[in-house]
Amino acid sequence: MFPTPIEKSSPAAQLGYKILLPASLIVWLLPLIAVAVFSIKPDSDFTSGNYWGFPSSFEGLTNYGLVFGSDMPRYMLNSVLITVPTVIGCIILSSMTGFALGVYKFKANIWVFFMFVAGNFVPFQILMVPVRDLTLDLGLYNTIPGLVLFHIAFQTGFCTLFMRNFIRALPFELIEAARVEGISEVRIFWYVIMPLMKPALAALAVLIFTFIWNDYFWAVVLTQGVESQPVTAGITSFNAQFRAAYHLMSAGSIVAALPPVAMFFLMQKHFIAGLTLGAVK
Amino acid sequence: MADTAFTSSSANQQSWMKRNKLIITPWMFLLPGILFFAVYVIIPIFQSFYYSTLDWDGLGAAEYVGMANYAELWDDDAFYVSLRNNFIWLFLYLLAIPGGLTIALLLNQKVFGIRLYKSLFFFPFVISQVVVGLVFTWFYDPTFGLLNIILGWVGLGPINVLGDEAYVTYGIIAAGLWPQTAYCMILYLTGLNAVDPEQIEAGRLDGAKRLKMLWYVVIPQLKPATFIAFVVTIIGALRSFDLISIMTNGGPFGESRVLSFYMFEVALSEYGFRMGYGAAIAVVLFLIMLVFIASFLRSMYKEEKGR
Repeated sequence: MFPTPIEKSSPAAQLGYKILLPASLIVWLLPLIAVAVFSIKPDSDFTSGNYWGFPSSFEGLTNYGLVFGSDMPRYMLNSVLITVPTVIGCIILSSMTGFALGVYKFKANIWVFFMFVAGNFVPFQILMVPVRDLTLDLGLYNTIPGLVLFHIAFQTGFCTLFMRNFIRALPFELIEAARVEGISEVRIFWYVIMPLMKPALAALAVLIFTFIWNDYFWAVVLTQGVESQPVTAGITSFNAQFRAAYHLMSAGSIVAALPPVAMFFLMQKHFIAGLTLGAVK
Repeated sequence: MADTAFTSSSANQQSWMKRNKLIITPWMFLLPGILFFAVYVIIPIFQSFYYSTLDWDGLGAAEYVGMANYAELWDDDAFYVSLRNNFIWLFLYLLAIPGGLTIALLLNQKVFGIRLYKSLFFFPFVISQVVVGLVFTWFYDPTFGLLNIILGWVGLGPINVLGDEAYVTYGIIAAGLWPQTAYCMILYLTGLNAVDPEQIEAGRLDGAKRLKMLWYVVIPQLKPATFIAFVVTIIGALRSFDLISIMTNGGPFGESRVLSFYMFEVALSEYGFRMGYGAAIAVVLFLIMLVFIASFLRSMYKEEKGR
């Protein structure tokens, strides 16, 4: 193990480490701690200049109540309606592409694979004008399906990379054995491979959920009103509305950030496994 | 299969299917994915190249203008500012890699509660960049921001980071480094987990210590993690848009623009709907990215062949 385990060093060094750890964490998360404190402060603290001091009263309930009384719940709902179908769509498409590219040997295999990988790396600004145009032509501009369709298509690049590498690591003998038994390829996909892919599916689901929930660029390009914009875009109109109301902005930001954060803490193992796939040989 | 071959035409077809099932099946599975990806990603890339030769407001008739958009870019000061900032982003964003490694080394211990520490250090990556941008805007605020209070303690400041042409890009990059460092940290933590303990022992017997050990024994073993860290950081740097849009909206005086933001401004904001000009900017950004994409694919290709 590197660095040397701290238990093996001098007591002084051990004590130092035990102090350093929480201290550095507080510095690292200082901006977030500030927002959390802001969100329970009363309005009067900001007008009287008490930004960083102890809250003069605890107004958490009022502040969060105001947030839930605004357009925020609608934006949250939109985010859910965008994120969940995208996750499902990506998983369906990419388990199929991943299966095809991971199991079969054919000449174009590597080139199809590279098409997905390269497309996933593209700066998405180059897609902006044509995709906006296409969405307008389909009559889906400023609708949730318009955003979902694009997200599914774009995320398929990353998901295919992920699924294909995962399937490659499975024991190929399983598939050969199934073929010898005369099981059809579709059934191999459904009954042999899919059950083994459960951890990969879970990892992808949490990752895509987070990516899409946090998307801002496409939300601004493809939607524009409270009826279809997700919470990331909503928070900016919230910002315009309550420019100096730091307590409300903070509460709103925390509410907006909560779903991916909860997802991360609940599914931590899968989340990290997904994010670090390939970081170890 | 031979026994069913000549019985009827439908059986004949079926046997053709059966004989070729290993060729047909993968394409059946690929079809929906390729279709989606082609319509929304591959074809639009080429369309953008085409649009960049047009003078078009997105609604009315488009006029073919050849290379005129690129000629205009050549003399556009705002374009050069954006391009310069893109390169500043690219270089400084890479600091997330050593930063992430440092935190990973700090946290790679087995003391009580370390798992919680690891997740909390990773926390900034999970939050939307929109929220990160808002938080840092307050952090930099000239009247009450924490930064200026801290600077005040050591007798410096106050500086208006986001209002000063000299600091604004660096200020935004610092905000971006926060989640990106967390990402690199988690990559390295996973990598460190898999470092071969026998090699560490061998290094120790050879008298390698601390930095020497890190440089000659540990870092070479972290190569896969480093590769991914480079890929995601470079892509993240060239895609930067959210933070700029939230923190400064390109200002002051357009000094914090990057290409991705400038193209958005030209094509979809109060500066008018100049789709062709925007597409030309996007093409330039794409070509810069292409250099990196090609080298990523090349090393992936080598690895695939090595298998």
